[in-house]
Amino acid sequence: MSAVADTHAQDDHHHGPAKGFSRWLLTTNHKDIGTMYLIFSFAMFLLGGTMAMVIRAELFQPGLQIVEPEFFNQMTTMHGLIMVFGAVMPAFVGLANWMLPLMIGAPDMALPRMNNWSFWLLPCAFLILVSTLFMSGGAPNFGWTFYAPLSTTYGPPSTTFFIFAVHIMGISSIMGAINVIATILNLRAPGMTLMKMPLFVWTWLITAFLLIAVMPVLAGVVTMMLMDINFGTSFFDASGGGDPVLFQHVFWFFGHPEVYIMILPAFGAVSHIIPAFSRKPLFGYASMVYAVGAIALLSFVVWAHHMFTVGIPIAGQLFFMYATMLIAVPTGVKVFNWVATMFRGALSFETPMLFAVAFVILFTIGGFSGLMLAIAPADFQYHDTYFVVAHFHYVLVPGAIFGIFASAYFWLPKWTGHMYDETLGKTHFWLSFIGMNLAFFPMHFLGLAGMPRRIPDYALQFADFNMVSSIGAFMFGATQLLFLLIVVKCVKGGAKAAAKPWDGAEGLEWTLPSPPPYHSFTTPPEVK
Amino acid sequence: MRVHAKRAGALLGGLLFPAWSMADWTLNMAPGVTGTSNEIFSLHMTILWICVVIGIVVFGVMFWSIFAHRKSQGHKPANFHENTVVEVLWTIIPFVILVVMAIPATATLVDMYDTAESDVDIKVTGYQWRWKYDYLEEDFGYFSNLATSKDEIYNRLEKNENYLLDVDNPLVIPVGKKVRLLVTANDVIHSWWVPAFGVKKDAIPGFINETWTRVDEPGIYRGQCTELCGKDHGFMPVVVKAVPQEEYDEWVAEQREAAQRERELTEKDWTLEELMERGEQTYASACAACHQADGSGAPPAFPALRGSQIVLEDMDAHLDIVVNGVSGTAMQAFGGQLSEVDLAAVITYERNAWGNNTGEMVTPKEVFEYKNQE
Repeated sequence: MSAVADTHAQDDHHHGPAKGFSRWLLTTNHKDIGTMYLIFSFAMFLLGGTMAMVIRAELFQPGLQIVEPEFFNQMTTMHGLIMVFGAVMPAFVGLANWMLPLMIGAPDMALPRMNNWSFWLLPCAFLILVSTLFMSGGAPNFGWTFYAPLSTTYGPPSTTFFIFAVHIMGISSIMGAINVIATILNLRAPGMTLMKMPLFVWTWLITAFLLIAVMPVLAGVVTMMLMDINFGTSFFDASGGGDPVLFQHVFWFFGHPEVYIMILPAFGAVSHIIPAFSRKPLFGYASMVYAVGAIALLSFVVWAHHMFTVGIPIAGQLFFMYATMLIAVPTGVKVFNWVATMFRGALSFETPMLFAVAFVILFTIGGFSGLMLAIAPADFQYHDTYFVVAHFHYVLVPGAIFGIFASAYFWLPKWTGHMYDETLGKTHFWLSFIGMNLAFFPMHFLGLAGMPRRIPDYALQFADFNMVSSIGAFMFGATQLLFLLIVVKCVKGGAKAAAKPWDGAEGLEWTLPSPPPYHSFTTPPEVK
Repeated sequence: MRVHAKRAGALLGGLLFPAWSMADWTLNMAPGVTGTSNEIFSLHMTILWICVVIGIVVFGVMFWSIFAHRKSQGHKPANFHENTVVEVLWTIIPFVILVVMAIPATATLVDMYDTAESDVDIKVTGYQWRWKYDYLEEDFGYFSNLATSKDEIYNRLEKNENYLLDVDNPLVIPVGKKVRLLVTANDVIHSWWVPAFGVKKDAIPGFINETWTRVDEPGIYRGQCTELCGKDHGFMPVVVKAVPQEEYDEWVAEQREAAQRERELTEKDWTLEELMERGEQTYASACAACHQADGSGAPPAFPALRGSQIVLEDMDAHLDIVVNGVSGTAMQAFGGQLSEVDLAAVITYERNAWGNNTGEMVTPKEVFEYKNQE
């Protein structure tokens, strides 16, 4: 009976969302799926962050106080895996789901059922991954880079579950990427040529190609591990004719494009936010597109810069050093363009802009340390020290994460129909900014002074900066709960948001009311 | 400025935490004591200053905009959004800077890779979790284990100044000589690093990497393993003692003699007590990291030895596991790592310690025969 009544009610509302849990389980609506991706990624961000707090608590002082080395290694491993595959990547897919159709004037993603499936695979994958913590022998403890043979011959029994989880995540990412490409190439509004696409769309298109190119490589390398562990092959075992370094080549062939997968969509989002709050068009649109393309292409020929100390021949060493240094050119172009966009604008500093400006400054600092790491002889000193930890946290936290926060604040009024609390948003920004720099800047000093990464205890000369870093990390971690509060408050209520709450913003998404109807752009808009 | 910071840090640290008084607020890389490390240091400083200058220019323009071009100050936005000349310029200028940077980097790298004409050859082998140094021309070798006590690590004793950076037997090298290091590993990948030398090389099981160093100042230099290698990755330091040539020659002669004496010990008739005493030491350095000092292990990865069926009953299986290891697990083959005396001692110890009172012993001769029976 009630089912019949429900059907009627839905008809009356012209295909509104279904009621209850089935809305979320069965939805094919890009807005619902985008929301689920974003909520999932924030949950994973808090979980991975909690693990980071355990790491920083143990490193607060020299000596072993809180956890044993065995568990410490599980924490560093799970922190990395969860942040990369659970927090950053799904957050960008969430943004893509919400924003791509709105930005290109499409009614939905091109493949809505696959969209649903690619989301629901993720909680399954992470359920398996997190459950390894409770298995006998513990969770994976070999670092998020899971180098063989530590992860094969010497890995804990739960490694096979970890491999299964990575496979599922990979399938989910590949399907997400296919969907993005199909949507962008087929569903653009009439008149929107490729070179008129918003930059977030461009960066996601290129990111999606990167995903399709490298996720199968990751699947390949974990499958080789699976064979080595369970079926007696010796891909990575020298005593059987294999090569442990082969693992690193295959892994980083995936791994380096992967780091651009985590940053390119942020480049795109920031390229909307900075012009919006500078009230001035983006400087050098075409060169921004070419720069992203160049970065993506170069990302395939630089993988061995993660392996300068494994003993590759000098010719290889030189090639990878030069190729890596080249990446500074297109990356520099992007930074110069953002600065030129701000130059002689009419700037205002609402929360999205604060995060975006911090993104440019701090990501550039991460870029500088990246350039230093590219110098192969110097890398012999930096490699596997806290200098590297500082470097990749500077590109990932103020890069990817600040990019995501900037996007979230920028589009929250559009998604919810309410303005978020600006004072709380700014507080969130400043506490994050200070905490993040306090946590990660001293790591440069620690690395240069000689502290290796992934150690649960350290020599006494590293004590001071480790304590500073831990305090910063606790501050940054605690601050993120404020974001949860801000979002919940914004969803529940607040000042009504206009269709275009930011006077400098441009794009099709701002032509829709806030929040947009459940089904938007059912007739495509015309782009001139 | 730095001195002040150091003093303030030391004072504050001394008041708050004893450990802090040891700490220093080192900000930068140290130049080190070898030609290589000095070249690396100057590359590091060059690229750092290039980055600082670029940073000042870029952030300078940005902050100028942030302060001068605000909406709140009534600044009206310009509308320019393209300039091909500028775009080309800021593509070419960074490229030129990179080329300038790549030239000295290439020269340094070529020099670092030149391992020819060495005076001393030492094989460095990474084990979970210690280093082994084999002097290839001299026919001796030894393990180098962490010398920091568990009491210091678990905060029961005050930490000494070389906390976690101290070993029982450091690598000894002569000053002023080109020392070639052949780096490999026995189990997982490790990485041998001494910052003061500018030498870091991965130790990869089944492969041998080459590197070299020439140290001109005598002294003790400390480093650590820098590739995650399992549970005790943070507890396998590298300590190198560089000594004058004469001192080095004396030390080598001593080591050769000691190695010879050790080989002769196999022939000696050992009593249970002697084996137990020696076995306890061997156990502590080779086995306790996994199987724990009290034989309780950490199952399932590291089985308990106390009350184990194999240890209590099956002597052949016990010998087999210790000598040949268990493939596919963390249990290494100790046959090649330990002398017959140590193997016999440690097996005897395991069969009689912690309430495993079998009263059985195995002699070095029996181990020798077991190893050579195939």
